[in-house]
Amino acid sequence: MTPATPWVIQATHLTKTYRMGEVEVHALNGLSLQIASGEVVAIMGPSGSGKSTLMNILGCLDRPSSGEYILDGEAAARLRDDQLASIRNRKIGFVFQSFNLLPRASALANVELPLRYAGLNGKRKAKATAALEAVGLGDRIHHKPTELSGGQQQRVAIARALVNDPAILMADEPTGALDSRTGKEIMDLLLEINRERGTTVILVTHDPNVAARARRTIRLRDGQVEEAAS
Amino acid sequence: MNIFSALKEALGSLAANKLRSSLTILGIVIGVAAVIAMVSLGRGLQASITSQLSGIGTTQLSVFYMPDPEIRNPQPLTTGDMQALVDPINAPDVKAVSASISGVGLVSFGSKSSSATIYGTTANYAELNNLKFQEGGFFGEEQVLGQSSTVVLGPRLADLLFNRTKGLVGEMVRIEGQPYRVVGVLQSLGQGSVSFSDTDMAVLVPYTTARLRLIPQGGRDQVDTLTVQVRDSSRTMQATEQVKQILRTRHRTPVGLDDFYVFASKDILDAANSITSMLTIFLGGIAAISLLVGGIGIMNIMLVSVTERTREIGLRKAVGARRRDILVQFLAESVMLSLLGGGLGILLGWLIGVAVAVVSENSGNAITPIVGIDSILLATLSASAIGIFFGFYPANRAATLQPVEALRSE
Repeated sequence: MTPATPWVIQATHLTKTYRMGEVEVHALNGLSLQIASGEVVAIMGPSGSGKSTLMNILGCLDRPSSGEYILDGEAAARLRDDQLASIRNRKIGFVFQSFNLLPRASALANVELPLRYAGLNGKRKAKATAALEAVGLGDRIHHKPTELSGGQQQRVAIARALVNDPAILMADEPTGALDSRTGKEIMDLLLEINRERGTTVILVTHDPNVAARARRTIRLRDGQVEEAAS
Repeated sequence: MNIFSALKEALGSLAANKLRSSLTILGIVIGVAAVIAMVSLGRGLQASITSQLSGIGTTQLSVFYMPDPEIRNPQPLTTGDMQALVDPINAPDVKAVSASISGVGLVSFGSKSSSATIYGTTANYAELNNLKFQEGGFFGEEQVLGQSSTVVLGPRLADLLFNRTKGLVGEMVRIEGQPYRVVGVLQSLGQGSVSFSDTDMAVLVPYTTARLRLIPQGGRDQVDTLTVQVRDSSRTMQATEQVKQILRTRHRTPVGLDDFYVFASKDILDAANSITSMLTIFLGGIAAISLLVGGIGIMNIMLVSVTERTREIGLRKAVGARRRDILVQFLAESVMLSLLGGGLGILLGWLIGVAVAVVSENSGNAITPIVGIDSILLATLSASAIGIFFGFYPANRAATLQPVEALRSE
C-alpha cells in the first residue's frame, strides 16, 4: 500500500522489557504501527496491555528495548537523553490527565516553558499569548492555575503543547479528570486543532466516548496491536 | 536559559518556601559570620600585639649580664664590650651599640620629690631606643665625657614635679640632693606599649656622671645593659650570633656556657605573630566547620526540594528540558541560597567585630577587628563554592531523573 500522506509515525517490531526483581515483564511484544500525518488516533486497551509504555516510547519519553521508531523522519529509537529532549521539545506536545501545570507560574509562563527550553528568547511572549488565544484563554493569561477551572487548566496545558507547533499532540486521558461536559469541550478543541493545523492527535484512553471521536482506534492486548479499525 | 533568568527563577521558587529558605540561609549566615568574625578578631589581635611589641623595636638586641652558675669567674659587661661590638669585620650586621646602667634615686624640685629610676646612658641611647622629645634633646658625647650634670626627664616624672611638661629646659632638679640641669623632656611611650625601660617615670643622665655620683656600685667601666642596633631586621639572627661570638672571645667563657644573655625583640614579635596566626587559623577553622554544617543544610533542603518536585522535573523534561537545564535550575537555587547567606553573613560578622571592638575598648584592651577585602572575597567565594558543591549532588539527581518515572511520581 502506498500512503496518501507520509507517515508521521512508523514503529516496527517494538519491544520493551522491564525487569522487576527476578521476573522479566514484556510490556511491548514486537509491536508495529504506522500513523499518517493529520490522523486522529485513539489507543485503547485494558490496563497492563502496554498502553502507557507505547505512549512513552511514541512520545520519546522512553526508548524501546529493540525495534525501530521513526518520528517525522527522525530515527528516535536509540537517541541519547538530550537528543530525545530536543525531539520532545520540537515535535511533540503532551497533554496529561492531571494537567501538570507549574502551580506558581502564570498561564503565560506555563505556556512559555517549552519555548524557553527551545532557546527562544525574543518572541516568547507573543507566541505564548497567541497559543493561549487559540485555546480561548486570551483573557486569562496572567492567571495562576489555582485560579482556573479544570477545563481552563487543561486548555492551558493544550496551549503549552501547541506553542512549539509540534507534529504530534499526545494526549494521555485528556478528559479523565474532567466532567463529561467539559471533557466534550476539550475533545472539540483537540479535533479543531487537528482540523485547522493538521496536527496529528494521538489519544490514549479507555473511555469509549473519547475513542469514538477518533478516526481510527488501535486496540492493544499483551503488548501487541489487537485489531485496527477505522 | 541564561544564568540571569535561571537565578531569577531560582529566587522565585525560593520565595515560594520562605520559612524553609530562610532557615537554610541562616545556616550559611552563621557559618560565614563566624569565619569573618573570627578571622577579623584574630587579625585585630595580631595587629594590637604587634603594635605593643613594636615599642621595643625590631632591629634591637638587648645584652644583659646573666652568668651561667657553672662559670667560675663571670665578667660583667663593660664599655670595652660596647666598643668591641662596633666591629665592621667581625660584626658586619651591627650598626650601633649603646650602654646603660640603672638605679633608683630621689628626684626633687622645690618642695616636691619622687622616687624615680635613674638611667645612666651613652649619648646614642635615645636614638637607639627610639626615644622622642617633647622639648629639648638628649645630652651629647661631650656631656658624657665631661661627666656633666645634665638630665633628661620622663614625662610623668616631669608632670609630678612641675605640674607641666613644657618649658622645663634650663630648670634645675635635684637627684639624690645634687643639682642637675634639665636639657630635655621625653614624650610618653604610650599606654600599652611594651619596653624594657619605663622612661616615663625616669631620669636619664650621662653614664659617666651616674657611675661617679649616683650609682657607685660596680667598676668604672661596668654597664648593665648593651643595646645593639642591627642594620637590617631580617639579619637579626646573624647579628645575635656575631655579638655572642665577640663577647665569648672577650670574656673567655668555656664552650657552651655564657655569662651574658642576648635578647632579640624580633624573636618575641615573630613568636607572637606565629601564635596569633595559628590562633586565627584555628578559630577560622572552627568557624569553617559551622560553614560546612550550613552547606550540609543546603544539600539536605535541596534533596527534599528535588524529591518534592519530581513531577515538575518530569514535566519540564517532557516539554524539552535537557539534563543541563535541570542541573542549572537546581544549582541556581542552591547558589542563590548560599550567596544570600554569604552576604548576610559578612554583614553579621562585621557587626560582631564592631561589637567586640566596642566591648574590648571599654574593658581597656582595645582590639580593633580587621575585616579585610580578602576575607570578604574568601567568604563570598567559599559560600558560592559551598552552594555549588553541596548543590551539585541534589541537582544532578534531579537532572538524571528519567522523565517517565518522574512523571509517574505523586
